[in-house]
Amino acid sequence: MSEIAHQDHSEKKAFLVNSSSLRDVRSFCRGVFEKLQINNDLKEELVLAIAEAAQNIVKHAFKNNADANELMVVQISCESNKLQIAFYDRGTPVDPKKVKHREIDNVKPGGLGTFFIQEIMDAVEFKDGKKPWINHLVLTKQL
Amino acid sequence: MTYKIEENGNSRIVHLTGEIDMDVADKARQSILPLIEAGHEVHLNLSKVEYMDSSGISVLIESKKLSEKKNTKFELVEVSKPVEKVLAMARKFL
Repeated sequence: MSEIAHQDHSEKKAFLVNSSSLRDVRSFCRGVFEKLQINNDLKEELVLAIAEAAQNIVKHAFKNNADANELMVVQISCESNKLQIAFYDRGTPVDPKKVKHREIDNVKPGGLGTFFIQEIMDAVEFKDGKKPWINHLVLTKQL
Repeated sequence: MTYKIEENGNSRIVHLTGEIDMDVADKARQSILPLIEAGHEVHLNLSKVEYMDSSGISVLIESKKLSEKKNTKFELVEVSKPVEKVLAMARKFL
């Protein structure tokens, strides 16, 4: 747990749902975490977790709809040293029961993103997306 | 992401630079897999990679598996601190 009292702050940004947006997602997150004065090691871990979650939206929620001019929204909020990152998208509804990392002895490409998110964050929660959104993912971490 | 390939006998040293994510993973894959497919030993230098996610790890796993199938060598020769951190996290799982 951080000994620094991070200021309360919230920012959100919309991105086109495609793989070339992932760099912009990372850049947005780094900017917000610098404002929150999060140390560099933790900042890069959080950026990885957020980028993996955004990648999952591109890869899975929009798997059959890659050409759509769709948006996903990333919102980063910090309140009382608790960091919350929310994702909103209008892709295929996610079944939380099916979102799990693969078995530990199953060494094959892919599937590591969910493991990274779970390693880095304290909690991963799928909530009901309120209109116009379909999926609403919330990642939290106590700073 | 950019790459550079050095030749040394049957060995190829592949230097990747920049950020490796889902958007450029295919480019990284195409810089490595054909060399292994052709039977070369591949030494991968990631000392100038500033960011790598699970897509990059997938490329490393695919490369390693192909090298085993082709009975040749694939190894990492240098890694940056960000890559080292992601590899350490992935090793808990792989």
